[in-house]
Amino acid sequence: MPSIEPAHPSWLLSVVSIFRKDWQSELRTRYAISALAMFVITTISVILFSLGSEGAPPAALSGMLWVVIFFAAMSGLSRTFVAEEERGTAMTLQLMASPSAVLLGKLLFNLVLVMALNSVTVVLYGALISGFVIRTYSIFLVTIALGSVGLAAASTIIAAIIARANTKGTLYPVLSFPILLPLLLTVINATRLASEGALFEEAYGEFQVLISYIAVVIATSYMLFDYVWKD
Amino acid sequence: MNIQLEASGIKKVFNRRVIFRNISFSLRERNTLLITGRNGSGKSTLIKIISSVLSPTAGSIRIVSNDMPARPQAYAQLTGLVSPYLQMYDEFSAREMLSLALAIRGMRASGTIIVDLLRRVSLEDRCDDPVRTYSSGMKQRVKYAFALIHRPPVLLLDEPMANLDAEGVAIVQDIMEEQRREGILIVATNDLRDIRTYDLQIDLNAIH
Repeated sequence: MPSIEPAHPSWLLSVVSIFRKDWQSELRTRYAISALAMFVITTISVILFSLGSEGAPPAALSGMLWVVIFFAAMSGLSRTFVAEEERGTAMTLQLMASPSAVLLGKLLFNLVLVMALNSVTVVLYGALISGFVIRTYSIFLVTIALGSVGLAAASTIIAAIIARANTKGTLYPVLSFPILLPLLLTVINATRLASEGALFEEAYGEFQVLISYIAVVIATSYMLFDYVWKD
Repeated sequence: MNIQLEASGIKKVFNRRVIFRNISFSLRERNTLLITGRNGSGKSTLIKIISSVLSPTAGSIRIVSNDMPARPQAYAQLTGLVSPYLQMYDEFSAREMLSLALAIRGMRASGTIIVDLLRRVSLEDRCDDPVRTYSSGMKQRVKYAFALIHRPPVLLLDEPMANLDAEGVAIVQDIMEEQRREGILIVATNDLRDIRTYDLQIDLNAIH
């Protein structure tokens, strides 16, 4: 006799299934991956050509790394919600899952995408931009990890907000910039410390700001998402 | 399952225009509600509110399952919806779509439940093809399988016969008969050939 198990539905299974659905869908359609990859390659090429053989100070190079990551993220991370609205599947998802499961599933997907984006960007940037040297790897790795979580968290809720607007493409970076500014300033500063060879302890302040930023954004997203997602 | 659906004082306003107001009804298992009204009268809006994908401007919907009020998070398990504006993830096959529908609801399928349902809606031959390659009638059948896969006690059908051929109409009539026997059936249509018997009718033309 066929049956459905478990009797009490699992919220965690719901979250993981939304992540898997988005991931399988992305592998078949390649909307976000293509946009992110093209943006990273073209932007790093432009930086490479404009710097030529002159180079730039470490602080400027740290800033430019995060400019590449920010704009690449803006070109791809909104897809997770925008695609649901454009294809008319948002209601299908609403019928299946609770808002909190949707938020966390989408956040997980964007986090994996940002982690992949940042890994590729850092490797390409480090290999092609000759003046960019990291002296304290521990600071750099923690900064990339916390920066990725912060970027994914903020981008996910902003994508949910702008998904129903008519001018999604323009609105996304415009709305994201003020929300992401504290994050960007902090990660740029932490990356500069890593490239200058600062001690790990010297970056504690930056890490505290990043952790607080992530906590505030995730808590706010959780509280707001019901209203954003439903009507 | 003992199930009850109660709507109390439902009102919906879009851009200052009142679509409908003061809609109240109560349904139990083996009850059928028919919603009628001209185009733009709010049939689909009322169906969306009952299925909890749209919030009413005023009033509330309550589902009572086994004498316990269901939490809003549980509505995904208790309701199934078929409507023209419901879209499937068309890069997936019908089989994947049904498996996904269960997993996202936090449920796991065992046995042959997915295959049996695909057979019931006559899609077993094409069940591994992507939904985007289906005709509009086949997509409508996928929507029925999607709405029924978790065996919801409340089934909502908006324009139930849209895009269906004679075989599809017979399948849907059979699904409606079964739902009428075991749960709550809510149908929004203007074609009274779609539904033979019902217990309660809401005519939205008469409500402003």
